[in-house]
Amino acid sequence: MQRIGVFVCHCGTNIAGTVDVVAVAKALGQEPGVVFSTEYQYMCSESGQQLMRAAIREHKLTGVVVCSCSPRMHEATFRKAAALEGVNPYMVEIANIREHVSWIHKDMAEATEKAVILGRAAIAKVHLNAPLQAGESPVTKRALVIGGGIAGIQTALDIAEAGFEVDIVEKSPTIGGKMAQLDKTFPTLDCAACILTPKMVDAAQNEKINIFAYSELESVKGYIGNFKAQIRRKARFVDETKCTGCGICTEKCPQKKVPNEFNMGLDNRRAIYIPFAQAVPKVATIDANYCTMMKTGKCGICSKVCGTGAIDYTQKDTVIEREYGAIVVATGFNPIDAKVYNEYGYMDSPDVVTSLELERLMNAAGPTNGTLLRPSDKTHPHTIVFVQCVGSRCDETDERGKPYCSKICCMYTAKHAMLIREKYPDTDVYVFYIDVRTPGKNFDEFYRRAVEQYGVHYIKGQVGKVVEQNGKLHVQASDLLANEQLHIDADLVVLATAIEPDKTARSLGTMLTASMDTNDFFTEAHPKLRPVESPTAGIFLSGVCQGPKDIPETVSQASACAAKVIGVLAKDKLTCNPCVAHSDELLCNGCSSCEKVCPYGAISYSDKEFRGPNRTTLIRRVASVNPAVCQGCGACTVACPSGAMDLKGFSNKQIMAEVDAICK
Amino acid sequence: MQAMMEKRAKELLADGTVNRVLGWSAGEFPYDITPAVFETAKELEDAFVYNDFCAANLSKYLVKESRKEGKILVFLKPCDTYSFNQLLAEHRILRENIYVIGVPCYGKADVEKLKAMGIEGITGIVMQNGTYTVETVYGDQTVKAADAMAERCLSCKSKKHVVYDELLGDEGEVDADCNRFDMVEKLEAMTPDERFAFWRGELSRCIRCNACRNVCPACTCEQCVFDNPNSGVSQKAAVTSFEENLFHIIRAFHVAGRCTDCGECSRVCPQHIPLHLLNRKFIKDINEFYGDYQAGADPEAKPPLGTYDKADREAGEGGRH
Ligand SMILES: Cc1cc2nc3c(=O)[nH]c(=O)nc-3n(C[C@H](O)[C@H](O)[C@H](O)COP(=O)(O)OP(=O)(O)OC[C@H]3O[C@@H](n4cnc5c(N)ncnc54)[C@H](O)[C@@H]3O)c2cc1C
Ligand code: SF4
Ligand code: SF4
Ligand code: SF4
Ligand code: SF4
Repeated sequence: MQRIGVFVCHCGTNIAGTVDVVAVAKALGQEPGVVFSTEYQYMCSESGQQLMRAAIREHKLTGVVVCSCSPRMHEATFRKAAALEGVNPYMVEIANIREHVSWIHKDMAEATEKAVILGRAAIAKVHLNAPLQAGESPVTKRALVIGGGIAGIQTALDIAEAGFEVDIVEKSPTIGGKMAQLDKTFPTLDCAACILTPKMVDAAQNEKINIFAYSELESVKGYIGNFKAQIRRKARFVDETKCTGCGICTEKCPQKKVPNEFNMGLDNRRAIYIPFAQAVPKVATIDANYCTMMKTGKCGICSKVCGTGAIDYTQKDTVIEREYGAIVVATGFNPIDAKVYNEYGYMDSPDVVTSLELERLMNAAGPTNGTLLRPSDKTHPHTIVFVQCVGSRCDETDERGKPYCSKICCMYTAKHAMLIREKYPDTDVYVFYIDVRTPGKNFDEFYRRAVEQYGVHYIKGQVGKVVEQNGKLHVQASDLLANEQLHIDADLVVLATAIEPDKTARSLGTMLTASMDTNDFFTEAHPKLRPVESPTAGIFLSGVCQGPKDIPETVSQASACAAKVIGVLAKDKLTCNPCVAHSDELLCNGCSSCEKVCPYGAISYSDKEFRGPNRTTLIRRVASVNPAVCQGCGACTVACPSGAMDLKGFSNKQIMAEVDAICK
Repeated sequence: MQAMMEKRAKELLADGTVNRVLGWSAGEFPYDITPAVFETAKELEDAFVYNDFCAANLSKYLVKESRKEGKILVFLKPCDTYSFNQLLAEHRILRENIYVIGVPCYGKADVEKLKAMGIEGITGIVMQNGTYTVETVYGDQTVKAADAMAERCLSCKSKKHVVYDELLGDEGEVDADCNRFDMVEKLEAMTPDERFAFWRGELSRCIRCNACRNVCPACTCEQCVFDNPNSGVSQKAAVTSFEENLFHIIRAFHVAGRCTDCGECSRVCPQHIPLHLLNRKFIKDINEFYGDYQAGADPEAKPPLGTYDKADREAGEGGRH
C-alpha cells in the first residue's frame, strides 16, 4: 500500500478564488492510502516545496499528488523536490485543478466537486505507479539547419561560433533567402546585400559550417541527440569542386529565354546560371528543363567554354547520410500567389506588381539596374498606388487569403513609398490601408516620416478594383474617413501580398514530427516561454517558418535558437524519457498493428521461441520497442488489440483506474 | 465438386506437396458440418464432405495449423479468402506452409430455414440453378435457394477468390451492388432511444458463450483480453448487467477495420444475435470517412484505422486547406 501525500495549491486566488481548497484537501485526506493532506498558497514556491519535502520525511510518503496547475508548468518542479527526498520522481502525479477547473468554471460548489474528483483520479493512479528510471543516450555534436535564409545563416554562425559543427541544407542553388532579393531594409534603410553578403561569406568560410546548397532533406530518423538524416544533393550538372564561378558559361549559353526566378520573372536568365553575383556557393547550375544539351543532346557550349572542365551533363543526384544531435527548421516563407486576386488585375497588366517584385525593380542589381520603370513600357511611373493587406487578415470564410497579419507589409510599404518619393519627388504615392501597424523600435517614427516628411498619401480604405484603361491603371477605391469613392489613374499598382510558409514546410513537419498550426507555420513548445523550440525534442525553430517576422526579429530569434541548440550539443549525454512503450511478448500476436501507427518507427519484430503445449516449442513473431526512439505517444497501446503493448507510467490499468475513480 | 476436391487433395497428399488437408466433415448430423484436418487418403474417403451446409470459414484454423511441420492444403470459399488475406496481413499465418485451393460457393443453406419448412431427416444438400435439392431419408426435396439461404449469403459482397494457389471452378466476381448495408441504414435512421432499445433487445440475450469471438477470424489473439484477468477489461465487462453490451462493444472496436464481413459471428450465435450489424456499421463508416475499403481484399493495402500516414491530419487541424 502506498503512503500518499496530497498537496492542494491555491495558486494565489487563481485556484482558491473558485475552488474551496480547504474542502478539497479535507476530502482527499479521506481517500484510502492518503496519510497526509494539506493546502498551501503557492506549492511551486521555495517554501511550498520545503513543505512538501518535510511532509515526505515526516510521513514517510511513497507517493505524492499535487493538485495545482498543468503538469506542463510544474511537473518537473515537483518531481525534482520529491527526488531530493528519495522518492522516485515518477511517483508524483499532478491533478490539474487550475486549467481544468478554476479557470473554466464559475460555480464554487461545482468546481470544488470536480477538483476533488480529479484529485481522486490522481490518487488512484499513484496507487499503481511504479518507480521508473530514466536512461541516458549520447549526443552527436553536430547540428543540421534546414534553410539558408538570414535565419538559417545566423543560427549556423552562432552554433559554429560556440565550436560545434553545423550543416546548412538549402534547396535553392545559393543561400541568402528572401533577404538577398531585397533592396534597402527598414527601419534604417541600409542596403540588404551590404549587410547580408558578408554573413553569407562568413558562413562559407567558417570551417565548422558545411553548406549543402541545391540539396533537400530526404528522410530523418532518430531522436534528440541522435538524428540520422539523408540529404539529397541534387545534380547541378556542374562539379562544385571545379567550378570557380567565373560565369563565362552563363554569358555564352545560347538559351536566353529562361524566366529569372531571382528577379521574380521580370527578366530572363540563361539555362546555366548563377542566381546573383554574390551567390554562396558561387557555382553555376544547369537548369535541365531548359538546357538544349540535356533536352536534345546538341549544344555543349558551356562545357567547351569552361576553363576548368567543371560541366558534367551526366551528373546524378547523390544521397548522403549525416548524423546530428539537433535540427533547426529555418525554411522561411514566400509571398502568396497574387494570381487569385483578379480584382487587382495582377494577371491582366504587367504594371500590377507585388512588393517583392518592386524590390527587384528598385534594386541596382535588378532587371532595371535600379531605375524604377514600368514593366509594360519601361517608362517612369508618376502615380503609384499601394494596396495593403492583400490576402492578409482575411476572415475565416475567405478561401483565398490568410487569417493572420503578415506583419512586415506596413513597414516595407512605408519604406517603398519613402524611397520612391526620395528618388523621384515628382511621383504621387497613395497607400490604401486597413490600419497601419508599426510596433517596433523606431518603426512608428519611420512611418510618420513617410507621411510627414515625404508626403505619401495614406488613405484608410479599400481598393475595390483595378482595371487597365489606355495604358493607365484605373483604381476604384473608397476613402473610409472622408466617406467617399475615389478614382485614381495610376501608372503602377503594388500589392502587399500576404506571406505564407514555404510549401515544403508541411511535408518537412511530418518528416520531423514537428507540429504546425492550421496555416502551416511551425508551432513552438510554448508560445511565451519556449518560443524557439518545437514540441518535438531536438527540433528547433528559426525565422519566419515559425511566424511572420522582419529581419531584426528573425535574427534575434535565430540567435536564441542557436543558444538552445548549443545547450543540447554541449551535453555529453541526455536523459531519456522513461515513459516508453513495451510489449508483453506472451500476449503479442505479431500483428504489426502497433508498428503501422508508430509515428517514430520505434517498433520492430523478431521471431522468438516460446514454450508450446506438450514440451513443444513454438516460434512466434513478436514486437519490441526501441526505448531510445519511442517518444511515449501511446499510439501503439490503443492499436494493440490484445493489450500486449503498454506504456510505462501511463499503463492501461493506470488509466482505467483514473477513469474508474472519476466515474465512481 | 466434392469428388473433384477429394481427388485433388489425394493427389497433393500423394505427391508430397502437402501433408495435411483442412476441409469439412459431417458432425453429429449430416447438416452439422465441422472443420476437420485429414492426414491420409483413407480419412478423406471416410469423412470429407463439401456441400451447401459447409458454411464454416476455415481460415482461422490456419493460425495454428500453418505453424506445424509441413504444408497444409486448405479449401477456401470466396468469403474465406478475404479472411485469409487479412490474417496474412497481420502475420498470423505462414503463407509458405499453406496451399490454397479456391472452391466456388453460391450461397450456403440455413438448416433452420429448411427445418422451419418442415423438412426432416436431412442427409445432404446440393444447389443447382437457384434451387437446393435437399436429400432426406424420405427422398429428395427441392426448395427455392432464396428461401433457404443463410442471411449473410443473401447479401454476399463477393464471389471472387482474392487469393489462391489453384482454383476449382471460376474465380467469381465482386458484387458491388449487394444490399449488405440496408439494415445498417435502417438502424441509422432510428432515434438514439430506438436504437438503444434495439441493441438492448438483441444483446441482452447474449449468454457469453464466446462462440462469436472463438469463430471470428479477426479474433486470433494469443490471449484475448476477455480471458486475461490482468487486462482489466474482463472484469470490466463482468461488473454489471450491461456486461454483454460492453463485451460486444469492445470486441467490435477490436475488429473494426479488420473485420472482413464473413458473417461467421452471426452464423454461430446460438441466440441469433445479428452481430454482423455492428461490424457492418463500422465498415460503412470507414467507407464513408476514408473511401471504400474492404479488409482482406488486398493484403498489402493500408488499413485506414491502423496506419500512420504522412498526409494524416493532426488533431485540431482546421479545415482551411
Ligand atoms: C517585399 C518584402 C520586403 C521586405 N523588406 C524588409 C525590410 O525592409 N526589413 C526587414 O527587416 N524585413 C523585410 N522583409 C522581411 C524579410 O524578408 C524576412 O524577415 C526574412 O527574409 C526572413 O528570413 P528567413 O530566413 O526566415 O526566411 P527566408 O528568407 O525565406 O529563407 C528561407 C530559406 O530556406 C530555404 N528553404 C525553404 N524550404 C526549404 C527546404 N525544405 N529545404 C531546404 N531549404 C529550404 C529557402 O530556399 C530560403 O533560402 C521583407 C519581406 C518582403 C516580402
Ligand atoms: S508509444 Fe508506441 S507508437 Fe508512440 S512512439 Fe512509442 S512505440 Fe511508437
Ligand atoms: S499490436 Fe499488440 S499484438 Fe500486435 S504486434 Fe503490436 S504488441 Fe503485438
Ligand atoms: S476480442 Fe479483442 S482481444 Fe479478444 S480475440 Fe478479439 S481482437 Fe483479440
Ligand atoms: S455467440 Fe452469441 S451468445 Fe455467444 S457470446 Fe457471441 S453473441 Fe453472445
